[in-house]
Amino acid sequence: MNWDFIAQYLPLYEKAAWLTVRLGIAGILLSILIGLACAVIQYFKVPVLRQLCTAYIELSRNTPLLIQLFFIYYGLPKLGIQTNATACGISGLAFLGGSYMAESFRSGIEAVEQIQSESAYSLGMSRLQVMRYVVLPQAISISVPAFVANIIFLLKETSVFSAISLMDLMFTAKDLIGLYYKTTESLFLLVAFYLLILLPVSVLGSLLERRLRHAGFGA
Amino acid sequence: MPDLGLEVLFKGKNMLRLLDGLGVALKISLIAVAISIPLGLLLGILMTRKNPIVRALLRLYLEFIRIMPQMVLLFLVFFGATRVFGWNLSGELSAVIVFTLWGTAEMSDLVRGALTSIPAHQYESGAALGLTNAQTFFYIIIPQTVRRLIPLSINLITRMIKTTSLILMIGVVEVLKVAQQIIEANRMSSPGAAFGVYLFVFFLYFIVCWPIGRLAKYLEKKWV
Repeated sequence: MNWDFIAQYLPLYEKAAWLTVRLGIAGILLSILIGLACAVIQYFKVPVLRQLCTAYIELSRNTPLLIQLFFIYYGLPKLGIQTNATACGISGLAFLGGSYMAESFRSGIEAVEQIQSESAYSLGMSRLQVMRYVVLPQAISISVPAFVANIIFLLKETSVFSAISLMDLMFTAKDLIGLYYKTTESLFLLVAFYLLILLPVSVLGSLLERRLRHAGFGA
Repeated sequence: MPDLGLEVLFKGKNMLRLLDGLGVALKISLIAVAISIPLGLLLGILMTRKNPIVRALLRLYLEFIRIMPQMVLLFLVFFGATRVFGWNLSGELSAVIVFTLWGTAEMSDLVRGALTSIPAHQYESGAALGLTNAQTFFYIIIPQTVRRLIPLSINLITRMIKTTSLILMIGVVEVLKVAQQIIEANRMSSPGAAFGVYLFVFFLYFIVCWPIGRLAKYLEKKWV
């Protein structure tokens, strides 16, 4: 292990790590929005939109991110839709993540027993009130584990971005291996930086899960 | 009307070549699944043992494999093994190794989850009926665990197939690489080929993964 080399290229990795984190956060926020929208549409059974959501979820869950990115990055410009790599990466991640988030929210909502909303209706609550005060609080705490797993999954998926020449951690490592043959050092830094990003998220996630477990009935 | 490059798919053997590429991806994931299911079963059962050292080691393995992006694992094996051990692994072999390691980790966690989700009274009732530990395990615990496990392991297969798209990055010629070659070869005659060919690859993956996912969902509904 050549520590001078590591010290020399540490800043490069740091920059790449920030790119990974920035794109990851942007993509995750967008996918939460998409996921919420889909879950609400499916819950209220909005016609047409509901079928569209189902089709989108199936398409996005059953194809790999790499192919989605290639299609957005190389395919869509042929239709005249020009994007840069950053926008493409974020939208690809959002396209993938939206469906995973939608599924976790939907299963959370479905896990709240029918009797809960029926009781609330019989107390004279409106549809929105039932959603706001009865269903959502329980649904959210039920879907937290899946939600956290999705966030970690999406952060990991950002490693694919190197394929559309975004200078993320993966790209940097590959570049350095190709340039200097310092394979051990480059891979060591790669693993270290991914741990640095992902471990805190994973630990925080399990703390959050433990904190929210109190809610929910009969479980 | 822009040139969508769909006609490239029907030129010569392009379609067959793409399907061959998909075959490579499927072969790698199926080999990996075939190895990781028995290994995962074994590790999963070991994880429920009380031995703290075994549990700590397995935990470490599981957490490391799970927290690393699969691409990093591929790089570690493909580039790292060559450097550290001097093994000259082909891309395909590295891919099988990585997917097996990853699949085993995921599978063992599924097995552990399924085993611990069986309520303690099942074991106790078995004991109360005078069954030995092995009998309780084979006649009571395993049949219930398998029902919970099968849908989850089918899902693991689709995840594995989707992840094989990454092996392009370590130089395996699979469906995406073939797509790139076709697009490159037809750059002059149909510059729009990237759209049609990547769209086709997109649907290829969908056509493979979607039925498998539906099957898992169906079994889950039927059995749970």
